[in-house]
Amino acid sequence: MTQDSQPMLEIRQVSKNFGGLTAVKEVNLSINKGEIFALLGGSGCGKTTLLRMLAGFEIPSAGAIFIDGEDISQIPPHKRPVNMMFQSYALFPHMSVAQNVAFGLKQEKNKLSKPEIAKKVLELLTLVRMQDFAQRKPDQLSGGQRQRVALARSLAKKPKVLLLDEPMGALDKKLRSQMQLEVVDIIESVGVTCVMVTHDQEEAMTMANRISVMHDGEIMQVGTPSEIYEFPNSRHTAEFIGSVNIFDATVTQLEADYTRLSCADLHVPIQVEAGVNAPLGSSLGIAVRPEKITMSQVKPELTDNWLTGMVEDIAYLGGHSVYYVKLASGKRVMTIGTNNDRHEQKVTWEDTVYLYWSITSAVVLYR
Amino acid sequence: MSWGRKSVISVPYLWLTLFFLVPFVIVFKISFSEMDYAIPPYTDLFTWADEQLTLTLNLGNYAYLFTDDLYIRAYLSSIRIAAIATIICLFVAYPIAYVIARAPSATRNALLMLVILPSWTSFLIRIYAWVGILKNNGLINNFLMWLGIIDQPIAMLNTEFAVYVGIVYAYLPFMVLPLYTNLMKLDNSLLEAASDLGAPPWKVFLTVTLPLSKAGMIAGSMLVFIPSVGEFIIPDMLGGAETLMIGKVLWQEFFNNRDWPVASAVAIVMLLLLLLPITLFHRYQARELEN
Repeated sequence: MTQDSQPMLEIRQVSKNFGGLTAVKEVNLSINKGEIFALLGGSGCGKTTLLRMLAGFEIPSAGAIFIDGEDISQIPPHKRPVNMMFQSYALFPHMSVAQNVAFGLKQEKNKLSKPEIAKKVLELLTLVRMQDFAQRKPDQLSGGQRQRVALARSLAKKPKVLLLDEPMGALDKKLRSQMQLEVVDIIESVGVTCVMVTHDQEEAMTMANRISVMHDGEIMQVGTPSEIYEFPNSRHTAEFIGSVNIFDATVTQLEADYTRLSCADLHVPIQVEAGVNAPLGSSLGIAVRPEKITMSQVKPELTDNWLTGMVEDIAYLGGHSVYYVKLASGKRVMTIGTNNDRHEQKVTWEDTVYLYWSITSAVVLYR
Repeated sequence: MSWGRKSVISVPYLWLTLFFLVPFVIVFKISFSEMDYAIPPYTDLFTWADEQLTLTLNLGNYAYLFTDDLYIRAYLSSIRIAAIATIICLFVAYPIAYVIARAPSATRNALLMLVILPSWTSFLIRIYAWVGILKNNGLINNFLMWLGIIDQPIAMLNTEFAVYVGIVYAYLPFMVLPLYTNLMKLDNSLLEAASDLGAPPWKVFLTVTLPLSKAGMIAGSMLVFIPSVGEFIIPDMLGGAETLMIGKVLWQEFFNNRDWPVASAVAIVMLLLLLLPITLFHRYQARELEN
């Protein structure tokens, strides 16, 4: 048994160079047993290279990878206690669903007998609700069904770490949200430690316990979905996860219970919570999420944290609308209004509106 | 169907009618006639006398093929030689195609060129070159004797061995190219998936690469086997008197015996024999296309 203090997967100072290009830069990560961990980032951020190093398809240029305390950095893929669900699913087209799932079991050293394998395959297919399709070929299945088979196949050998490469990448949007929850249910019922790669922040937030945001081969931030969303530590993370308004501001007043900043886009100061770790006069970014901003057509009775502008654009999204408000400075600020009345659209184009937010809504970005 | 589509499709139809169907019908017709010392050297099927049109169908040519066991032996030996040569071709071509398909794209084109390049020289000259290599005082024997490994030349020319060498050499590109296109299409993630699931490299090859290249192997084998059965130049130049192949028998009937009707019957029976593998191949191809 593994000790609770020991992480299931540990990545220590791992780098990967391709020719002169550095795809992954000195990454350190520690992933606990039973955790669903997401590597999130745009294309070319190094997340896929990192995942391929975990699977063994790439060998790290430097650093080491430990699974359950064992260094696996140099072990070839077929000897690793790791299985991967590929983005394209990579189901063998010449084998039936059952044969696909049995493939891994047949490769084991202490091979199970034929009836034992058949029993296990049925168990796995039942787990993913594909037991009725055992004799079908992959090309006779829909996208969602293929994904279930791919998941069953990658769970068959009870890997210590399950890798998911863009698990929902090949599905359409509606199926995606349904499968996200289903895949998480299955993974949690098996209790396997899971590392997934995705460029879709919604997917990462729905599925993962913890997320690491990657950019240019480096890890920007690691945290739970709400930590990443509510407390981004950099402009990049704030902008990559969800929508955000960022104001460039200068520190003007450092008090025991608040901090004031001045910003060219606002006529009044910005006030944030105390504890800003920067001297007077330093420039910082102030991030305010659109849904934290309240919109009103009446001027608010506030000394700080409000601005005014003209509604330039409205994106009607059904449940809510996104309003783009143009300030006198030319900056556009985004806010969200819930459409709770079917007939009335209170604010419309060209209207002058006032936007305000509470002192606890803004996040200070140092970089 | 629109006029444009019709006219496009009519081109291959016209081509095949003119250059395949018409000659075939002529050969088929001759196979039912009788040999005659005339020009052309066979009798007409239709005769007109006393206001009577008579159709004379002579089945004797076909019957004759079964009375003399030379023909049956030649057919069987042709099929055997072509089959063995096809299998050797497959074993030689597979690693070549595999290496080319897996090579970096810059090298790939150069390697592919090397496979095709020999066929820019005349087929006849290339086969003739093998005479010089294989004969008793040819390249191989002289070299081995110079090394002192042998003191008597090994008889290679005018043996079945030489025929295999010739067929494998000449038809290798026809095996390599379909295999290459097939292996190129092989999705690398399938190989990675097999390895990820615990299969060592040799097992990945046997369980994934090999079964998925079946279509290429079948296509290549057909392209080698079918023309090899009727091959004339290679057995004639390299096989000598002891190699019996139907292509040579056909040649002798036409040019030595000047028996066009029997030669035509030989050709028709050969076609019927080849029809079986060809239809099997087409059925397989149609099934593959459906999937």
